[in-house]
Parts: sequence; C-alpha cells; structure tokens
Amino acid sequence: MIARMIRRDLAQFFPFAGGGGAGAALPVIFFVAVAMLYPFAVGPDANTLARTGGGVVWIAALLAAILPLDRLVGRDIELGHFDQLSLRGVSEEAMMAVRMVAHWLSFGPPLIIAAFPAAALLQLDGPTLHLVLIGLAAGTPGLAAIGLIIAALTASLRAGAALSGLLLIPLALPILVFGAGALARQDQASLGFVAAISLGLVALAPFAAGAAIRAVR
Amino acid sequence: MQGSGAPRIFASDLACRRGDRLLFRKLNLDLGAGEACHITGANGAGKTTLIRTLAGLGTPYAGEAACEGAIGLLDERMGLDPEQTLGAALGFWFAVDATSERAAVLERLRLTDLLEVPVRYLSTGQRKRAGLARLMGQGAPVWLLDEPLSGLDAASQALVCELIAEHLDNQGTALIASHQTLEVPNLQSLALEDFVPPMEDFA
Repeated sequence: MIARMIRRDLAQFFPFAGGGGAGAALPVIFFVAVAMLYPFAVGPDANTLARTGGGVVWIAALLAAILPLDRLVGRDIELGHFDQLSLRGVSEEAMMAVRMVAHWLSFGPPLIIAAFPAAALLQLDGPTLHLVLIGLAAGTPGLAAIGLIIAALTASLRAGAALSGLLLIPLALPILVFGAGALARQDQASLGFVAAISLGLVALAPFAAGAAIRAVR
Repeated sequence: MQGSGAPRIFASDLACRRGDRLLFRKLNLDLGAGEACHITGANGAGKTTLIRTLAGLGTPYAGEAACEGAIGLLDERMGLDPEQTLGAALGFWFAVDATSERAAVLERLRLTDLLEVPVRYLSTGQRKRAGLARLMGQGAPVWLLDEPLSGLDAASQALVCELIAEHLDNQGTALIASHQTLEVPNLQSLALEDFVPPMEDFA
C-alpha cells in the first residue's frame, strides 16, 4: 500500500515522469536558470563568482523548493484522494509522510545533480562544490518537510500558493544560514546543524501536516 | 478490504453543523445488511455533511455516527487524477483494493473504450461512471453515495439503481443522498427537513 502510494505520488511530482506535465520539472529548470543568469548579472570575473557562487546555489535551491508547493497537498484534497485513502484505513500522518518522501525525491536528488552544471556555470572549485553537495543532501529533506507543512496549512486558502512562498522563506532561514555558512568558512562542521535541523523537521512534518489536513476537511 | 461481520450504518441522536449553523439534530438511523435509505433534503440541508460524518470524515456536533464494515464513498470528488488516463487512475485504486474482476466492472459501466482517455477530458457522466467503477472495485459492504445519479443519462441512472439493488441482495447496506427518485426495491427514506431544529432553539 505504502509503496503504491509513493509510486503514484512520484508519477505526479517527479520531473519528466509525465504525470504532472511540465510543472514537475520547473524547480530544476529554475535552479539551473538562476545559476546561468547570475554570471551575466555580476560579470564573468572568476574570483567573484567562485566567492559568491555557493551562496547563489543555496538561494536558488531554497526558491526552487517553493515552486511545487501549490499542488503538493491542496490538489489531492480537492480530488478527494485523501478522503478515499482515509476510508481505506490510511492515517493522515502516513499520507503526509509518503507525500514528503515523494516530494523530496522529486526535487532533492534532481537539484543535487543539477548542482554540477550550476557549479560549472558559477566557476565553483572542487572543495566548494563538495560542501554544496553535502549541504544540499543534508538541507533539502528539511526544505521538503517545511514545504509539506506549509502546503498542508495553506491548502484551504485561496491565495495559498502565494502565501506559501512567503512562509517558507523565514522558516528555511536556519537551513540557509548554516548551509551557506559552511561555504564561507570552508568547514563541514555547520553542515551537522543543517542535518540536525532537517532531521527534526522531517520527524515533525507528517504530524503537523496530518493535523492540518484533518482540520480542513 | 472486505469488513468482517454484518455491515451496519448507524446514527443515534446525531446533530451536525456546518460553520455556525445547526443543520439537523436528533437524527436516528440504523441500517443493517440488505437495507438502504434514501436521504432527501433541499440544497444545503446537510446531506453531504451527514454522509461525511457517517464516513468518519467529519465530527458530529452531538450524538453518535458510525459504520461497521469497510466504507465505500462516492461523492462529487472521484479521487481520480485529471492528468492520468482513466486506466491508470482507476488502476491505482483497483491495485489498492486488490480488485479481481476489473474487466467485468469496466464492461458493466461502459468504460472499456475510455481507458486511454485522460480523466480531465471525460464528461461529467463518464467521470461519475468512473467513480462508480472505483466504488464497485472496492467491494465494500457499506455504500455511502452522495448524488450518485446527478449528471448521468437515463440508461446510466437505471444502471446505478440496478447496482444498488444488487449490492443490497449481496447483503450490503447503502445510504443514498439524491434529488432524483431511486427505483430500488425496499428503499427506506428519510427527509432531513424533519430534523431541522425549530427557530426557538437558537434563542
């Protein structure tokens, strides 16, 4: 049952899986587009790019995480999908945990892969790329968890999509501070904090989001 | 997902409200195997709220509401992904419900030729028939149907009545909210208007 639900959700959200149309690929395209535009805006100076590029990758990743939120939860409430699962004895917490895993799989690993071309465009050196990759691996589960909570909370609001972007930014700040902070000092220690924040959020999110969708129906 | 034991739909002294408004109160209902009830009421009388409360998707304001046995719910939301083809969207629920006689269900509801069509291109009636296929594939002994006839042509309406009658013959139980008359034998009926609180209760 759980495996089927994950498969169905992945068909909806995974880029190029076809289920969600072109929308599912948008976060990755957006992410690479930011990395591509940045050198045009600040100039091709390799030192400037290498010094600031890692931070740009982080900002791009954070903003890309906002894009899937408007269809993450609200759509399946409208479709009655969650009602039907609930009648079959699936708890809201399990539904939301599955949704979080599918959401992360459909933007986390693609962003980590897209970080390679982004690093090339931004002239990042090897050690910096290394820290960016570890940081994204540690931070994107946290972003997925925050995104899920926000999507569930704003699912019943008419302007939910616009609001979710605004809500994600302050909540994602700790992940950004520690994740991008590791780049400035070229030191992995603060990535431990990123992983810890992610872990806490991932543990919390299914319960918070589950309570939120129970409240709106 | 077949529930064990006799199915039952049960409400005692049930009161429901939507927002601040008390929709109905002191509603009693007890349907066992082979029994069905037709719920009538004007728009906004609380038919959908009653069905969702019985399904456990809403909380009663007062009293009790419960179903025994697996519940099949059909309302205006079919739970089928609009982007997917009908075959894939129904296939998900058939797989979840471990449906054995898929082809027979699809044949019965005249959906076999529509399996390659994305759900968003289906007409209202076709979508309703797809929801009925999902319901039949589930094989639940308790059916909660919210407006099962709306949007259907005459032939399909007759088919739905036939399916309900068969479901009752198979010791199922059903609660049907509908504005249309249902040609189902031994159908009880209940008008929600009879349970609307008098105005002085709001004083």
